[in-house]
Amino acid sequence: MRRVLLTLAALAAGAGTLTAQDAGKASDAIRIGITYRPGTRPGLVVVPGPGLDSARAILARDLDFSDRFQMIEVGPDATAAARTATGPLNYGLYRTFGADHAVELVAAGAGVTVRLHDLAASRVRNQQTYALPSPGDAGFRMAVHRIADEVTRWASGADGYAASRILYLAGGRIYRIDMDGQDNAGVTAAGEPVFSPAWSPDGSRIAYTRLDRWSISVMDLASRAVTTVPGTENGQNITPAFSPDGRSVAYAHMDASGTNIYAADVAQRCCVQRLTVGRFADNLSPTYSPDGRRVAFVSTRAGPPQIYVMGVDGTDQELLASFDFGSTGPSNAPEWSPDGASVVFHREVSRSPQIFILDVASQRVKQLTSVGRNEDPTWAPDGRHVAFVSDRTGRRQIWIVDTETGRVRQLNTAGAARLPSWSRRLRGAGSNP
Amino acid sequence: MRAHALIALAAVATFAACGGKPEPEQPAPVSTTANADSAARAARARQDSIDAENRRRADEEARRRAAADSAAGRASQVMTDLKAMINFDYNEATIRGTDQSNLDRKAAIMQANPGLRIRVSGHADERGSDEYNLALGNRRAAAAQRYLQNKGIDASRIDVISYGEERPLDNAGTEEAYARNRRDEFDVTSGGSNLVAPQ
Repeated sequence: MRRVLLTLAALAAGAGTLTAQDAGKASDAIRIGITYRPGTRPGLVVVPGPGLDSARAILARDLDFSDRFQMIEVGPDATAAARTATGPLNYGLYRTFGADHAVELVAAGAGVTVRLHDLAASRVRNQQTYALPSPGDAGFRMAVHRIADEVTRWASGADGYAASRILYLAGGRIYRIDMDGQDNAGVTAAGEPVFSPAWSPDGSRIAYTRLDRWSISVMDLASRAVTTVPGTENGQNITPAFSPDGRSVAYAHMDASGTNIYAADVAQRCCVQRLTVGRFADNLSPTYSPDGRRVAFVSTRAGPPQIYVMGVDGTDQELLASFDFGSTGPSNAPEWSPDGASVVFHREVSRSPQIFILDVASQRVKQLTSVGRNEDPTWAPDGRHVAFVSDRTGRRQIWIVDTETGRVRQLNTAGAARLPSWSRRLRGAGSNP
Repeated sequence: MRAHALIALAAVATFAACGGKPEPEQPAPVSTTANADSAARAARARQDSIDAENRRRADEEARRRAAADSAAGRASQVMTDLKAMINFDYNEATIRGTDQSNLDRKAAIMQANPGLRIRVSGHADERGSDEYNLALGNRRAAAAQRYLQNKGIDASRIDVISYGEERPLDNAGTEEAYARNRRDEFDVTSGGSNLVAPQ
């Protein structure tokens, strides 16, 4: 983040000159559409203003975390100079800071009007008024996160991931936390040991393993009503995953003959279907492709656990991430990306798990991490960021990496955290309990 | 072993019969004209007989205790053999050769105690994948179940469960700790009282 600290005097002296110089650039006159400079990200400034400070702070951080903008922080002295005498934004001034976009928040009744200014074209590119609960109200932060995703789409054309949450396990209990590390809250009851949380695609339900009964439970987040997935009443059942339409849950069922993947219809509570048949082999950790037609999973059919794929009905089972027998480490915890193009998983390198991404079309893998133990990856809804568990600071905590730039940040969970599961973009009141 | 157990039981039975007997008989009543000597003699004889009986009872109690201790010792050894853990190599669920005699003893105990049912719980060290370790623990438990099954024990008498890496014995994080944590545990689920030692 670039910090621009200018005194009022400097602004008064310099602004006019620099604006004149900027206006003389030929490129400014022909720049249209999405601002793009090869190798650099467009500069974006959140305009300071009266009120709405906490909303602006959340918005600026969300836009920074999107990794799609060079965020420019304007010092407080610049606030006074942000507007010309007649009211509109001082486009020339912000251009001198290196900004391409300026985001302006203006209180509008019980809501907020959001404007995206195209500084090169000296015009408002997008404007929209949103309802905004008071800071401190339950829905306030998520409302700002949704605005951040809108601004990201306006300015970059790509979907953000600000309006999303991560489930994780700590002390045997499932918690959920906003992608910016705020609004941490317990989801399952304390003292009821659970495992392997997974989101439903619409964010209204979660599935998880109950370690006391070894069944798979589905909890409706709004009502907290819990049901048991058909077929998981007996034996040990682990690693649930929702189908993209939210109607089915696939899971692994363990018994003395091994571990196999089943799927059950949780909408009609019926129709348990066995998808793998491996005598004394393990098949687990199913993850649906976003089109709902394929399931990637872990299997020990060839010896060490590796990543395989099959049709959603269990047909056409084949290896997905190639490996060299005897030298490639065990591979586990696959998750199909929201765009369907990739599968992220972890693979042991020198007995330490590292995050890998498989390109499904080319079947090539690339290694994302190398320091410490890095495991159990999960995709952000933008298909670009990945959360995973890392012990790089000495204990297991959740980190988020931008798979394009490699920038990492730690998610601010309270204690040691495991088994993260990232929601899709959360919309509507039902996804905001 | 079984012969010893029967002797111990016989000793217990004998003592139980003695315990039912009335107090030692009182000396015969003496006439009111008896002299002091004879009265003293009679009192001494009475006390002697009470003392003798008490000594006899104490000896019997000691013998019973010794017998019971030895029976308890044998029963406790049976339980120790039954609960002795086995361990596994990293990421493996194959029974090691060195653990075969351990499992053979368990098979013999289960043969000698047809009412005995056990649960095998499989565990993993904390280095592997959290979720995969549950499947690995399941295979480790199932491997012991299959071994006992091949020794003639009905699989229905052996429950299997996996705890993956969720219940480590040793949190030291050393190779030795990892090795201890890669294990099968054996617990009695029913028929565990009055265990008979195998022949």
